[in-house]
Amino acid sequence: MPSRRRALLVLLSLASLAAASMVAALAAGSLALPPGDVLAALAGSDNVAHAVVFDLRLPRALAAFACGGLLALAGALMQVLLRNPLADPYVLGISGGAGVGALAAMLLGLAGLAVPGFAFVGALAAMLLVFGLAHGDGSWTQTRLLLTGVVVAAGCGALVALILTLAPDQKIHGMLFWLMGDLSQAVNPLPALGVLVVALLAAIPFARELNLLARGADHALALGVAVPTLRRIIYVVASLATAVAVTTAGSVGFIGLIVPHLVRLAVGNDQRLLLPASVLAGGSLLVLADTAARTVVAPIQLPVGILTALIGVPVFLTLLGRSART
Amino acid sequence: MILQARHLAVSIGPHQVCRDLDLTLAAGERLAILGKNGAGKSTLLSTLAGLRAADSGELFVDGLSYADLGLRDAARIRGWLGQDHSDPFASTVLEAVLTGRHPHLSRWSWESPSDARIARAALADMRLADMEDREVRTLSGGERQRVAIAALLAQQTRLCLLDEPLAHLDLNHQIATLELLSLRARRDGIAIAMVLHDPNFALRFCDRALLLFGDGTYLAGPVADVLDEANLTRLYGHPLRRLATADFSQTAFVPE
Repeated sequence: MPSRRRALLVLLSLASLAAASMVAALAAGSLALPPGDVLAALAGSDNVAHAVVFDLRLPRALAAFACGGLLALAGALMQVLLRNPLADPYVLGISGGAGVGALAAMLLGLAGLAVPGFAFVGALAAMLLVFGLAHGDGSWTQTRLLLTGVVVAAGCGALVALILTLAPDQKIHGMLFWLMGDLSQAVNPLPALGVLVVALLAAIPFARELNLLARGADHALALGVAVPTLRRIIYVVASLATAVAVTTAGSVGFIGLIVPHLVRLAVGNDQRLLLPASVLAGGSLLVLADTAARTVVAPIQLPVGILTALIGVPVFLTLLGRSART
Repeated sequence: MILQARHLAVSIGPHQVCRDLDLTLAAGERLAILGKNGAGKSTLLSTLAGLRAADSGELFVDGLSYADLGLRDAARIRGWLGQDHSDPFASTVLEAVLTGRHPHLSRWSWESPSDARIARAALADMRLADMEDREVRTLSGGERQRVAIAALLAQQTRLCLLDEPLAHLDLNHQIATLELLSLRARRDGIAIAMVLHDPNFALRFCDRALLLFGDGTYLAGPVADVLDEANLTRLYGHPLRRLATADFSQTAFVPE
């Protein structure tokens, strides 16, 4: 029996996990700080610790949290929209479009905000393309949407491969980092955090209707859910969340696929709890993964996408094995 | 009249389900919809439920069209049981039945203890009282079907449209379900239209029958008038005979 009190308890414990992951992210690094000193460093000024924590680690940790939350939210929404537990934020080609945009900017020698700018335009173009094509005959079935998305993603993959082939050697390193997911370029976390809040606030009012949509479109329609409108809202929210996440951090893999499943196993599939819980869990996981990515083989920084995939693959396979047995 | 159809024409793809269908359903009435596979029984039922549009004609629920009612108000008057109960995600039996309470809840409210009481009563009616914590994907086909019917009962609508409510049920639960629906019709005045495959059940548990012949023509009327050897033989394309028990207390249609 779903209840508000249980939901609040789960969200409170996940919020503490998020806070703990932030402290770990602020404390760890070449200048190691005990957790107690982190607050002092944040509060104080004019010292090295303040500069390191406030100017370097905090923006990066917040960006990681926002991207992890956005990807987990988009993944949970896509899984309901497509009624497919294997759906993730990238399945409909959004990250492919962003990848084409970002790599094209790098190939043209553009720098700074041009790369995320092009990535965002690419993501939006892919989103509108899939939306337009899948909507063709007005029926908007989930199979048609999924097929259209997968085909557009494959087309984007070919363009990405083409750009990598054409690119001069010295640019390939940066391109590969972008494709694997990398937070070292994330300087301003505020847009992603803002979009995370807006996307969650846009999705939460429809959470109970999403529970019904997950059980079947006709079933939901007979229970009074405006299914076509709801699908459009969910598609736009999930796509924009994905676009902002990949614009900020590149194509970080697996967060959007496994976090909703982890949360689902722990707390069930009630979207009223699943959506905010996925945001907190996804954010915390990416903060921890990014902290590990910049410390385990320091001074070398790994792309965070490598660590989320290395953690994500065994966790996901274990989950899949468990669900096959029950 | 809870349900009223006037000059309704329904088709799916190139197939004409019915032309010029006039149908009314009053409180407490039970209607059986019979026909061959592919005759369009489900298509007609979902049209009557407002889930798809008719080609032409008028359809009123409680005197209003579905467009005038709106989705939410319609869902508080009319319940629909579909054939497909696939569950891509895990959920408990109780959660599945509580979905029936959705149209009665406002956007921000959560299921209250009284909603839970209604859901548990529906589970008990479907003889599932001890299964509320089971995961729906571990249920048998018949148990899953009874959970879906329980969700429909929890919706507490005055019009129930059921597409093959007896699918996957054993004989015991087939009779129990039909008796429960008849009791609801008699006691609470619920109007029921259901797709059935057994003319004997239609004869015993329904007041009226609608025969869809699959070519756009139909026959509707009291079961005693409509269900006879000639009509059923034409309906199913297979000869049927009516047999009676020795004391003539019960009769049954038997395929030859």
